[in-house]
Amino acid sequence: MRPDASVLLLTTLIGVGQGLFLALATVQLYALGRLLPEPDAHTFYAHGSLLALVFLAGGLVASFFHLGRPERAWRSATMWRTSWLSREVIVLPAMMSVVVLYGVAHLVAWKPVLAVLPSGLAIDATVALGVVGTVLAFALFLCTAMIYACLPFLREWATPLTVANYTLLGGASGFTLAAAFSAWTAPELTRFLAGWAFVLTLAGMASRVASLYRNHRLKPRSTLQTAIGIKHPRIVQTSAGFMGGSFNTHEFFHGRPHSALRSVKWVFLLAAFAIPLALLALGGSTGSAPLLVAAFIVQYAGLLAERWFFFAQANHPQNLYYQAVA
Amino acid sequence: MTQLALVIDLNVCVGCHACVTSCKQWNTSGSAGPLTDLEPYGKDPNGAFFNRVQTFEVGEYPNTQTVHFPKSCLHCEDPPCVPVCPTGASYKRVSDGIVLVDYDKCIGCKYCSWACPYGAREVDPGRRVMTKCTLCVDRIYDPALAEAERKPACVMACPTSARLFGDIHDPESEVSRAIRDSAGYALMPEWGTHPANHYLPRRKTPMRMHEDELVRFDNPLKIDAALPKPPKSDPSLDDVMSW
Ligand code: SF4
Ligand code: SF4
Repeated sequence: MRPDASVLLLTTLIGVGQGLFLALATVQLYALGRLLPEPDAHTFYAHGSLLALVFLAGGLVASFFHLGRPERAWRSATMWRTSWLSREVIVLPAMMSVVVLYGVAHLVAWKPVLAVLPSGLAIDATVALGVVGTVLAFALFLCTAMIYACLPFLREWATPLTVANYTLLGGASGFTLAAAFSAWTAPELTRFLAGWAFVLTLAGMASRVASLYRNHRLKPRSTLQTAIGIKHPRIVQTSAGFMGGSFNTHEFFHGRPHSALRSVKWVFLLAAFAIPLALLALGGSTGSAPLLVAAFIVQYAGLLAERWFFFAQANHPQNLYYQAVA
Repeated sequence: MTQLALVIDLNVCVGCHACVTSCKQWNTSGSAGPLTDLEPYGKDPNGAFFNRVQTFEVGEYPNTQTVHFPKSCLHCEDPPCVPVCPTGASYKRVSDGIVLVDYDKCIGCKYCSWACPYGAREVDPGRRVMTKCTLCVDRIYDPALAEAERKPACVMACPTSARLFGDIHDPESEVSRAIRDSAGYALMPEWGTHPANHYLPRRKTPMRMHEDELVRFDNPLKIDAALPKPPKSDPSLDDVMSW
């Protein structure tokens, strides 16, 4: 498949936004249980929510550039019963509105107590919003990943590992950003967040390497024989029927040599995982903001490369019909 | 239930592209708007077609066959392209099984084209919406056309009658008979899409012998035996002059 810049940006940007929100909600839960010091609501939660919102909105804007008719985009919320894309279109704005409410509630200290647990813990509105946002963040990871994982004949994508990768990589980049953000706003949390970012990056690396290994061993199920229904070991296409450009020859081929794919793979393994892991370990232990910011920038660039590779590696069966020009 | 479909006889198709051009002509002149070509006479033309004829070479010289292979939307009975559409622009008609795109609803997200294993959907570069074969839904029910012309444009254009059109759920239709009698098959059965369009395989053309080719029906003596040898002097236009 041809990697489209708008989709690369959409999936990586909203991943960061979701991960960052999950980091905020995690800190709040820990603080609620008195496992972490309570950070300043104004600077940490409210500004953090704003930052998460910027990333989510950036992804939403990027997605419009993928559409042929962006002015009709509202229609895409109608088929949520069958289409994962439609579900994503619903969950993303829902998530964004909860992030806004969460940030505003912290900003104006709107914290009516909704319930008191038997242990005496008071659950206020911000905690409830945090929980709703967390559920939506995971739902959004699921929707985004299932858009790809539900297409059985794109075999590189049709695996639960796709869902694991989207969730873990989004979570890792969001927690890395949260660690860098906390170096300014709540230094007492930096160690904790960098630690989680480290663990998530490690887990993301494990599941991504697992999917690389799986895809490496995939054997194509569709062949020229099944594509045209002729049983003979040697079939060669001599003509696609036209010599000009077409949707089929542009949309489904990345058009780069195989060596480019290999180098992008190594680039993303280094930039999305190896280098950020080192920077997170260093930055987390020293609490150095520049190191953590560098970790986020390198990891985000690495995730763009990872997404590029994700698309380029997927081999659509329709390509069997477009093996020769003329 | 009706399921309209094309049956394409690979044994007969000569790869002339008449179906491609007549499809393009019909579908670029209809009320749905043009089927756009960008820079049709420029250096790098780019355009949308519903139907393309591709050519494959099967086997190794000297035992090769050239197979011309027309391909358009197969109007799958279980179309994977329909449920993924977020807007409902892609749908399958219950009444006749045709898979269509509502050009006024489509947002051009291209997701359905990813979900079609056959590459049958193409974005129109001018209208920026998804397009695909409609089985000439604007011809086949048109009462203004003569009954015999209520067929897809490609079927009308095919000079060798390699394209049959009809209801594959009616066991007595021409297409169902052709699929049964000539081993019609579906493409990429491994994905469970149950394409409605079928292809008839290449097959050996048997030599048909008729009775009158073995026994002379114009034998005036009604004797089946060696014909009397004509004298050497006779002109030798044998069948006519041999008595
Ligand atoms: S051939 Fe492709 S576009 Fe046509 S119905 Fe089947 S899956 Fe859909
Ligand atoms: S391109 Fe149009 S028809 Fe296809 S899935 Fe998107 S909205 Fe539906």
